[in-house]
Amino acid sequence: MFDATKMTELKTKKKEWMEKQEATLKKRPERKPGFSTDSQIEIERVYTPADLGEYDYDEKLGLPGDYPYTRGVQPTMYRGRHWTMRQYAGFGSAEETNERFKYLLQQGQTGLSCAFDLPTQIGYDSDDSMARGEVGKVGVAIDSLKDMEILFDGIPLDKVSTSMTINAPAAVLLAMYIAVGEKQGFTPEKLKGTIQNDILKEYVARGTYIFPPAPSMRLITNIFEYCAKNVPNWNTISISGYHIREAGASAVQEVAFTLADGIAYVDAAIKAGLDVDKFAPRLSFFFNAHLNFFEEIAKFRAARRVWAKIMKERFGAKAPKSLMLRFHTQTAGCTLTAQQPDVNIMRVAFQALSAVLGGTQSLHTNSRDEALALPTEHSVLIALRTQQVVGYEIGAADTVDPMGGSYYVEKLTDEIEAKVWEYINKIDELGGAPKSIELGYMQKEIHESAYRYQKAIESGDQIVIGVNKFQMKEEPPKDLLRVDPAVEKFQVSKTTNVRDERDNEAVQKCLGALEEAAKTDANLMPFIIDAVKAYATLGEICNVLRKEFGEYQAAVVL
Amino acid sequence: MSDKKIRVLVAKPGLDGHDRGAKVIAQALRDAGMEVIYTGLRQTPEAIVETAVQEDVQVIGLSILSGAHLALFPPVVELLKKQGVNDVLVIGGGIIPDDDIPALKEAGISEIFTPGTSTQDIIDFINANVK
Repeated sequence: MFDATKMTELKTKKKEWMEKQEATLKKRPERKPGFSTDSQIEIERVYTPADLGEYDYDEKLGLPGDYPYTRGVQPTMYRGRHWTMRQYAGFGSAEETNERFKYLLQQGQTGLSCAFDLPTQIGYDSDDSMARGEVGKVGVAIDSLKDMEILFDGIPLDKVSTSMTINAPAAVLLAMYIAVGEKQGFTPEKLKGTIQNDILKEYVARGTYIFPPAPSMRLITNIFEYCAKNVPNWNTISISGYHIREAGASAVQEVAFTLADGIAYVDAAIKAGLDVDKFAPRLSFFFNAHLNFFEEIAKFRAARRVWAKIMKERFGAKAPKSLMLRFHTQTAGCTLTAQQPDVNIMRVAFQALSAVLGGTQSLHTNSRDEALALPTEHSVLIALRTQQVVGYEIGAADTVDPMGGSYYVEKLTDEIEAKVWEYINKIDELGGAPKSIELGYMQKEIHESAYRYQKAIESGDQIVIGVNKFQMKEEPPKDLLRVDPAVEKFQVSKTTNVRDERDNEAVQKCLGALEEAAKTDANLMPFIIDAVKAYATLGEICNVLRKEFGEYQAAVVL
Repeated sequence: MSDKKIRVLVAKPGLDGHDRGAKVIAQALRDAGMEVIYTGLRQTPEAIVETAVQEDVQVIGLSILSGAHLALFPPVVELLKKQGVNDVLVIGGGIIPDDDIPALKEAGISEIFTPGTSTQDIIDFINANVK
């Protein structure tokens, strides 16, 4: 792209320029002996076009909406429509969460994102002994269709798109959502939304698995197949790097492990006989926006380029939508500090900006008080307003990929891509993502990065304002959100009522049919939908599957 | 204190899957010369106490980020007492609001470490307080 003779001249010029500074640097050295990104990529003093080497614009970047989608998946990006502003919310009962949802929609939020409590995520009803102390704590408790009806009461499911952070029992929650939609008068093809449905990263980093890998992958491909036919606007999976990053991975590891998981899902679906261009357009991704501003922007751009190549070259996908990496972003929860929590507002703002400059399709901004508790309504409002400032006031959304062509960002994009390929090749050599997880490879890599980061904070190499620099004496914050401990009792009595009032014979029949189907290779979605419509509970359905599939026993990797 | 290595059980009670902190601390304690056993996820208080007794540990470090600490930390101390074990130091960490700390200490959790704590502080606390 650049004139070769001029580039050679520029290279010499930069070298001379570096040498010229040596004497001064001996007297007045730079702040640190060396600079590097979170992924240990060395950062130079300045970047020029000569640092990019031989550069083929079309091959590396293309125009927005064109292969390899480095500059964005749509031609107009945010000039057409802003990203979806989608705050992850949910706590206590369905009644309370329904109120929070309606509040967020009134404040201009454009999509819902539902957090479920841990018993729901692990397939236990609120009255199960395993649920002790956890009901309604990190999200809303859903036991039966009854709760789901309350959760979306007064929210038209044909208008609002809903993302649900649910993995091991994703099929059950999706079935409930379809049933609520029908009760509101909408057929499944009208429904828009996402289920996370990414079990591999649960084994690696997030921990809400139920079943072993093989039956879990079967449930996932059942969902791909069912939705391709019946719920065409549904994102059937959100392949997530977010939690891998939160567990301590670097930016490079986040992208590499996520795309390796993606490869495993595509492989599984193709092996199950699905046509790649039928299901791939509904695959979506979920990344973390961390602190290292430019590396994060480059990371998002590199991820798009690598995924497009994987889909085209490895899987032979033809439909442009199969090649596009569309993603949700959440700002990095692990960068929030309990100390001087208002400073978190600034961290989140920069992280949000990096996601927007990286071309995200939707965004959750964390609240300032989340290192202390679930966020209050006021904190969530500030977080949502932060996105609105980025979207409406500062001009960041007015041209597509404004960082494209920055010598530094393009160089980082290239370097991240190269390192991501190294990891993907390594994982291929180990036998793919599921195998490398079984071997504890990803877990070990992540733990090493996490430990290195902690050591860097403790040595002061990594500055965290309020923690190891600029500390202050402060009063403990007072206005934290508390989940009412009565929610557990309330939830148990509601579910007891459901069990008393439903047609228990019909429930048993549906659960029996599901059990039989689980023994064959039938698609389980229709059986699960029948069961939830009969008000079988989440725990009852998951127990049938536990009996058939068994439970995953994690190896402790440390 | 004898020269014998301090034995520590790092445990995750409840359903919370966030174990970055638990693992980082386990590694830091190990690097500080302690013998560390990590339970893995989803442990009931009963299972934690059983492991602690079997492994003859002097310290139990509990980690919860889900907010279930008031329900799940105290039973660990109660169950230890029931078994007549009174010489195990129990400490905890996670997303724990300051307001909850007095109740946890009242229940016999010796110290609560919240986000931003340096691993050295935890090592020092254990060395100073192990029974």
